Amino acid sequence: MGNFPILSFITFLPIVGMIIILCLPKSQTLVMKSITLLITGIQVILAGFLLYHYNYGMGGINNPATFQYIEKFRWIEISGFSWIGKIKIDYFLGIDGLSIPMVLLTAIISFIATLASWKIDKAVKGYFALYLLLVTGMMGVFVALDFFLFYVFWELMLLPMYFLIGIWGGPRREYAAIKFFLYTLLGSVFILLVVIGLYFSTMETMVDGTKVFTFNMLSMMDTHNFVATGILSPMNPHNLRFIAYIALFIGFAIKIPMFPFHTWLPDAHVEAPTAISVILAGVLLKMGTYGILRVCYPVFPDITQKMIWWIAAFGMINIIYGALCAMAQKDFKKLIAYSSVSHMGFVMLGMASLNTIGISGAVLQMFNHGTITAMLFIIVGVIYDRAHTREIDAFGGLATQMPIYTGFVTLAFFAAIGLPGLSGFISESFVFLGGFAFETIRLITVISTLGILLGAGYMLWTLQRIYLGTVPEKWKLLKDLDFREYAMLVPLSIIIIFLGVYPSSMLNLMNSSVNAMVKFMMDSKALYSSLTGL
Amino acid sequence: MNIDYLINSLYLIKPEIAISATLVLLVLMDLIMGNNKKLLPYIAFGGLIVTSFFIVEQFGMSSLAFATKANKGMVVTDPFGAFFKAIVVFASFIVVYLSIKSDEIKASFERHGEYYTLIFGMILGMFFMISASDLILIYLSLELVSLSSYVLAGFTKTSKRNSEASLKYVIYGGVSSGIMLFGISILYGITGSTNLYEINSLIQASSIPNLTFVLAGVLIFVGIGYKISAAPFHFWTPDVYEGAPISITAFLSVASKAAGFALLIRFIKITFIRSVDSEGYWHLVDMIDWKTFFIFLSIITMTLGNFAALWQDNLKRMLAYSSIAHAGYLLLGMAVLSNQGMIAIIIYFTIYAFMNLGAFFVVMLIANKIGSEDIDDYKGLGYSQPFLGVSLAIFLVSLTGLPPTAGFVGKLYLFIALVDAKMITLAVIALLNSVVSLYYYIRVLKNLFLTRPEKGIFEFNVSFSNGFVMVLLAAPVIIFGIYFTPIIDLAKSSMQILGF
Repeated sequence: MGNFPILSFITFLPIVGMIIILCLPKSQTLVMKSITLLITGIQVILAGFLLYHYNYGMGGINNPATFQYIEKFRWIEISGFSWIGKIKIDYFLGIDGLSIPMVLLTAIISFIATLASWKIDKAVKGYFALYLLLVTGMMGVFVALDFFLFYVFWELMLLPMYFLIGIWGGPRREYAAIKFFLYTLLGSVFILLVVIGLYFSTMETMVDGTKVFTFNMLSMMDTHNFVATGILSPMNPHNLRFIAYIALFIGFAIKIPMFPFHTWLPDAHVEAPTAISVILAGVLLKMGTYGILRVCYPVFPDITQKMIWWIAAFGMINIIYGALCAMAQKDFKKLIAYSSVSHMGFVMLGMASLNTIGISGAVLQMFNHGTITAMLFIIVGVIYDRAHTREIDAFGGLATQMPIYTGFVTLAFFAAIGLPGLSGFISESFVFLGGFAFETIRLITVISTLGILLGAGYMLWTLQRIYLGTVPEKWKLLKDLDFREYAMLVPLSIIIIFLGVYPSSMLNLMNSSVNAMVKFMMDSKALYSSLTGL
Repeated sequence: MNIDYLINSLYLIKPEIAISATLVLLVLMDLIMGNNKKLLPYIAFGGLIVTSFFIVEQFGMSSLAFATKANKGMVVTDPFGAFFKAIVVFASFIVVYLSIKSDEIKASFERHGEYYTLIFGMILGMFFMISASDLILIYLSLELVSLSSYVLAGFTKTSKRNSEASLKYVIYGGVSSGIMLFGISILYGITGSTNLYEINSLIQASSIPNLTFVLAGVLIFVGIGYKISAAPFHFWTPDVYEGAPISITAFLSVASKAAGFALLIRFIKITFIRSVDSEGYWHLVDMIDWKTFFIFLSIITMTLGNFAALWQDNLKRMLAYSSIAHAGYLLLGMAVLSNQGMIAIIIYFTIYAFMNLGAFFVVMLIANKIGSEDIDDYKGLGYSQPFLGVSLAIFLVSLTGLPPTAGFVGKLYLFIALVDAKMITLAVIALLNSVVSLYYYIRVLKNLFLTRPEKGIFEFNVSFSNGFVMVLLAAPVIIFGIYFTPIIDLAKSSMQILGF
């Protein structure tokens, strides 16, 4: 393993692919597709390699020494403004138990979504170039530990996503694309402001003893680094930490998407091509919750403790509201989109519990939701490719027409409902166990369990309307799955079943980090009250 | 008092002399060569190259030219001035190149001599605007720039909107420079001096009638505000930018604005300063509340520019409003009244020059072919002209300020300056403004890439030289977005204003 910069490699490999694709002549569409598949395939292998050599005992979160695969270089260094001190920005990558599930997820989903993109025939070159750029942005967010770098990756995804929805999307693609863009940009400008505020509130001590303002996330988590007069320092009596926390939280919440900032999601999903929906639901939404866990929690533990009830409450609203909306949908894809809103609510509820079981449940739910929803969107794509409609009422009895396909559908639906033996069950029950153990949010947790019932309701009802009953005459010619569709659905099914039967494989992976997080949050209670008390 | 001080000062104004010499040469060659005017732009290039050598030299200098016993000096030579002159010269290079390629300018071939002469007149005026430390010279240079640009804005004569632009420009320009002159006369009346350094020492020492002084300061600002198109002195901007030939619009939006900001910074920093503290904040004399003034001005300017741009259908006019909005962002850097703010302005201008000139370049190349700047005529152009489409996308994304383009770095430093000065509300307003701006910039990209052409595809090839210049403008926008140390270093070395 040595000093091979594997994280840089996994992050920037798609950029290399993008450049190669841009150099190819327009007509070589198959080569472009193969290159993309190859690159995302290599990413999966690299992610597997990361997993294989991952040290389960190291916690990460706030301790730079326990991060793994660290790469740290000086990126920007400007010395000698007399009044502002040195400016430095690091190229700082590393992963811990929070990020490795996300890295795995990103690699797997990117690979599967490449397969889902296979039938793209409009401006193929542009599509795959932008697609690879998007993959770099996503991977970068999950491995960056410098806030500036994190932000650059975060924004890097916006433009490719805009074009991918806007050019290759459905009839209302322009509207959906601009809505997505404006919403996320609005969120990210808030993040930017907090990034700058934190920059001026934290100073890192360099090797030579000088103090330098820093964008290093891990330094921001260490209270020793706060500048006494910084606007976001807890010891400053006039600090703006609360406002900054809200701004940052909203910035991430728009991506989750949390009610009431969720309205971009159904539009984006309905208009986006299948592959992009898969990416959007599979990976992009996780960035919101990942950001909250990675930044909001450890950088603002004091405010987080105060806001726990609200996070759980909004999680509950997401669960119930998303489920009710899903129940009312006539469009199959929109239904799945709203089910995403509902399922992301579980993640928020799990995060709010602040104990090992709940946070493990949340992170596991992020991974599971990624795989399950990706599968659901592929399922929608399969039927849309054949029938060119997603109207639920237009279908019926597909089970007799496409039995194998319906088998996969049933698996994915039951996983989404949370049937024991499938991955969704484990994460959802962990979330509820965690929430129930925490006094403050117990009532909210109890109400949230309604979500399971509603989830079963709309899922089974959909199953019945589309797959059971008699086949309308016009769908008698629909063919069952082809090889490409097997290649997408089989690996996801394996993951879903495997994690349902043997969830410890994933839980062990994140365990040290989740414990470190919980311990950090507990310790910080006393620490921060002593700081503000001074 | 003898001629010596004049001669001794000449080496300090080498760039200005080079520009004047080129101007004379252009007039002469125009007369000598008669109908063969193809050589003129190359003479202009030659003059600019010589000038740029002299400007590089000035980065190391710091002195006052034409100082006498009675007057501390008319012209300042310092790194700060050298930086803004460099921006002007860079813009001039591009603009001369644009002029060679522009169909609008080609159409009036017989008057090319005037055209380049006037451009050099403008450059000369801008140079003196940038380095003037005397109210008389400030006024004269401002007028030199204005008079040349009035004519250039209406240069093609053939089109109605050209003449309209020119006339509007004259009227607004005339009024605002009149007001400025009035302000100058009051300031002279109060202090008895036209030299900024002397005025500074006078107002620091003695008490001056408050209201009159405020009046003088604000009236002088009117003249400068008109040059940088800050609201509410911006009314000429959309009409002139839309009506003028594109090369001139590009020149006005970058060079003229740079000169205006240089003048503003120098005027404020030299005239009203009391001290600069160790944190880099300027403490001004408390007679005029410049801080509040600039805060309101920047909020009005950027909000108005951004919101008005939302409704524009003509790309040139939209870029005019966007340039008003950018003047608003730049005024944020003034509002903090600190060295950080100044650095941020310098960084922003470096980047702004690339992205704005680039955007106008694309607009010109497309207008040459399709004869329109209407955003709706850009439908599907991204497919028939991928190179131009992608270039325009890069420039517009950078103007929005998204990473990884250089525009983000520019905005980042402005916000850093604001947050450091604890002006959070202003930063929030500015950030929300940049979200608004996304909407109209992305509208162009939407037409380029998301829609199919209605009128059929325009097939044309981008020539090698055009492609080269385009890459020259677009590549730094990306490269400086990822690695911006060189820009910051440049800004650091150019922030020194003589006297502080």
